[in-house]
Amino acid sequence: MSIPIGPTPASEALAPPHADAEALGIAETPARQLWRTFRKDRLAMLGLYVLLALVVVALLGNLLTGWWVVFDPATVRLPDKLLPPLSAPSSMLAKELVPPLHSYPFGTDELGRNVFARMLQGSFVSLSVGVVAVSISLGIGVTVGGLAGFYGQRKFGPISVDSLLMRFTDVVLCFPTFFLILTVVALLPPSIYNIMIVIGITSWMSTARFVRAEFLALREQDFVTAAKALGLPEWRIIFRHMIPNAMAPVLVSATINVAHAILTESALSFLGFGVRPPYATWGNILADGRSYIFDAPWLFLIPGAAILVVVLAFNLVGEGLRDAMNPKLRKRAG
Amino acid sequence: MTRETAELLSIRDLHVEFSTDAGPVPAVRGIDLSIAAGETVALVGESGCGKSVTAMSVMRLTEGRVAGGSIHFQGRDLVSLPDADMRSIRGGQIGMIFQEPMTSLNPVFTIGRQIEEVLVLHQRLSARAARAQALELLQRVGIPAPERRILSYPHELSGGMKQRVMLAMAIACRPRLLIADEPTTALDVTIQAQIMELLRSLKQEFGMAVLLITHDLGVVAHFAERVLVMYAGKIVEQGTVRDVFKRASHPYTQALLAALPDPLKPARRLEAIPGRVPSPLMLPAGCAFCARCAHAFEPCPGQQPPLFEVGEGHGAACFLRAK
Amino acid sequence: MWRFLTRTIAQRLLLLIVISIVSHTVIHLAPGEPTEVDAMNPMMKAEDIARIRQSFHLDDPIYLQYLHWMKDLCTGELKSFRDGLPVVPKIWQRFLNSLPLFLCATAIVWTASFPIGIQAALKRGSRYDRGTTFVAYTLISIPGFFLSYLLILWVVRTFHLPVIGLRTFGTESAHGAVRVMDRVWHLVIPSLMAALTGIAVLSRYVRAQMLEVLGQDYVRTARAKGLDEEQVVYGHALRNALLPFVTMFGLLLPGLISGSVIFEQIFAWPGLGLLGYEAILARDFPMILTLNFMAAALTLLGILLSDILYALVDPRIRLE
Repeated sequence: MSIPIGPTPASEALAPPHADAEALGIAETPARQLWRTFRKDRLAMLGLYVLLALVVVALLGNLLTGWWVVFDPATVRLPDKLLPPLSAPSSMLAKELVPPLHSYPFGTDELGRNVFARMLQGSFVSLSVGVVAVSISLGIGVTVGGLAGFYGQRKFGPISVDSLLMRFTDVVLCFPTFFLILTVVALLPPSIYNIMIVIGITSWMSTARFVRAEFLALREQDFVTAAKALGLPEWRIIFRHMIPNAMAPVLVSATINVAHAILTESALSFLGFGVRPPYATWGNILADGRSYIFDAPWLFLIPGAAILVVVLAFNLVGEGLRDAMNPKLRKRAG
Repeated sequence: MTRETAELLSIRDLHVEFSTDAGPVPAVRGIDLSIAAGETVALVGESGCGKSVTAMSVMRLTEGRVAGGSIHFQGRDLVSLPDADMRSIRGGQIGMIFQEPMTSLNPVFTIGRQIEEVLVLHQRLSARAARAQALELLQRVGIPAPERRILSYPHELSGGMKQRVMLAMAIACRPRLLIADEPTTALDVTIQAQIMELLRSLKQEFGMAVLLITHDLGVVAHFAERVLVMYAGKIVEQGTVRDVFKRASHPYTQALLAALPDPLKPARRLEAIPGRVPSPLMLPAGCAFCARCAHAFEPCPGQQPPLFEVGEGHGAACFLRAK
Repeated sequence: MWRFLTRTIAQRLLLLIVISIVSHTVIHLAPGEPTEVDAMNPMMKAEDIARIRQSFHLDDPIYLQYLHWMKDLCTGELKSFRDGLPVVPKIWQRFLNSLPLFLCATAIVWTASFPIGIQAALKRGSRYDRGTTFVAYTLISIPGFFLSYLLILWVVRTFHLPVIGLRTFGTESAHGAVRVMDRVWHLVIPSLMAALTGIAVLSRYVRAQMLEVLGQDYVRTARAKGLDEEQVVYGHALRNALLPFVTMFGLLLPGLISGSVIFEQIFAWPGLGLLGYEAILARDFPMILTLNFMAAALTLLGILLSDILYALVDPRIRLE
């Protein structure tokens, strides 16, 4: 009696993710569709531009401050202490210490160091802290979540893999994170690598949760069954088929985690546990500037504003990605 | 004007469009539809042809904008009606049930509360009277043990039962018109039959008119009196069920019927319709079916065909039928 | 119901013990010891150091140290390394200081976030929505201490009012009402600061939840029944949207310790966060361990509370 015309709702559910685009006559991969939706969000694009600029500045800064002696952030110039931004070096300064372009774009600090140079060096450090820490956390998170999601039902004695891994995740989640980081960082010798590692190993839990959820959903989908039916080895199914599909929420999680890592690093520096001078991070420039709030506010405002802008950019990009991935928010035709 | 007042629902030259990032997209491109009191009319077409949008526009529940035409219910213009008046019509004079019973009921309220809400709102019943009425309604739609079930939450019921509850809510205030948007699509086949039977008996008992939106020709054949076939936002054929099924006059309708496997005929190839529905963003200037039509000829790509009469109350929008 | 409860509590207790063991191990494995803090002090003689080590069991194997810690904690005799005073009373006193700050901040966050989030969801895409979104993102992205100092600067410069500490120096002998007003005033700025980030985050969640719920089919059904917008939003939609937040409420508990370190440092508020900070600087193991333990206990308690609350409000969850 009931023979439907045309595509039934059931078949629509299995339709390829780019069905909308097909209906509109354009063939697109999900990645391109994501990009197209992302591009429409102006704030997110702004964030993306800022991030690209940051990467360029950081790389350039690292080169410049490393190679060009005059630009060295550690150079102390006592005659030029606490100069406001855009001021010129004093005439008492030795010739070889005069900064390029004969000016201090961001002023100098209490030891006469070029704040602009320090900020440049700090940009690379802050960015790399964020990236390395999040890479570690992604590595752990994707592994734990992927294993739990894919092999979940296999048992080790009385407990299933899924249970085991998720309980482990819960345990780590229960640790008061900031406190723990503080404790570890305070007790270990101060080093940028310690900070990166500690932040990395305390922030993988949400990624693991996302990946596990995605894997659980993906595992039931027909393309995985089809791959198994074709005889593909499991590792191949996981790496080449499932992980690319699960990447979307991980990407969102990653950008937001980088933002969080940068904030954490600055908080640690503020409390005195960060990287030691003369090595500059935005966090410790900010912390040092604390004492000069009234007399030399730029020492405090500039790094603070920089952190704000960068973290904001990461957050905007992350949220933009999240919105772009949400099919309900895309306007449908008809 | 007598024609107007005899009609319960009268839609004239309705145009509905959606605003998207790619500009305004027409979903309904000028349709005429009328339902008399007590009549059962089916609106049939593929997914995306605009039939749901039409139904939702009657209730003013769609995000699309009515860009032209009119919708009259019992002589009142629904499009320009103030919100408060529209709300009293919704649920009170026009009831609607939807395709997805699984998600159409609020999970945190009991089904009793959700039915009583309609009664209290439109008929101002007291809580006790509403409870009594709700129990009766549950009984009427075939829910066993209504005194216990009335305190259940939606997740405790099956899909078929949820759809019965939806029906109870929709007919609670004895509406003159019931709009059923694909009511059985998401249900199992056996449950489908039960729900359609329930719908039929309710219709007869209350004397309601029913606008049935569906893509299932079988349901249409068993249940509706008149049928309108929609394609790409326009009506391509309309008439009584008998006329349209026996003497299909539009190539699209013919192709649809030909695509149905017939258990009585010897085994033959299933005939699919070649091509695909045109995207609403790129609609052709002429007949929308032209590109897929086996009988397309000279006037087809150039202008859109109006409805030509092919019989008493039976029309088809095809130049082949032009006299 | 009861069986579920006892089973969960037992599981959580086990978890707590595991966490305490792990944190104990981690802290003892890290280099740095209480006796090294004062290593440069010429007054510390070798036998003093030996005596300290012995009284604090620092030379015992690690599992014995753990047992000593646990025993002392449970009997209330746990002594701090720094000054030999019992740990628990100190924690209690600081807790009493932290509590008003915590309660005030939490109250501000939860009462402000919902109206803001709901309005943003209802007026999605409007200026209000985009404005609050941008402000929220900015607040999330700004380092907390940065904003605090800016605010302190502004308040001190413009209003010439004291901001730091629990109370203004010298008011101990003042009239009762003055003392109370002073305490309240000192409470306002820090809790506002601590609340700002919370409002930003929570209002975003509220907005996202509302949007999700408003797109659901049952909201469409409610409209089809003829209910007016207010009933649809506040009656049908909100009730569903609030579900996840009930569970979040339970998870606030751990914020009592961990959330406040930075703000207490800035505003010189003698609370639990500052206590922890000082303990870390002084390598005061018993204090650090106990605070860690309590934080973990609070987290687990919070999770338990969330689970119970969730089961109570969502009819779809029924504990077997």
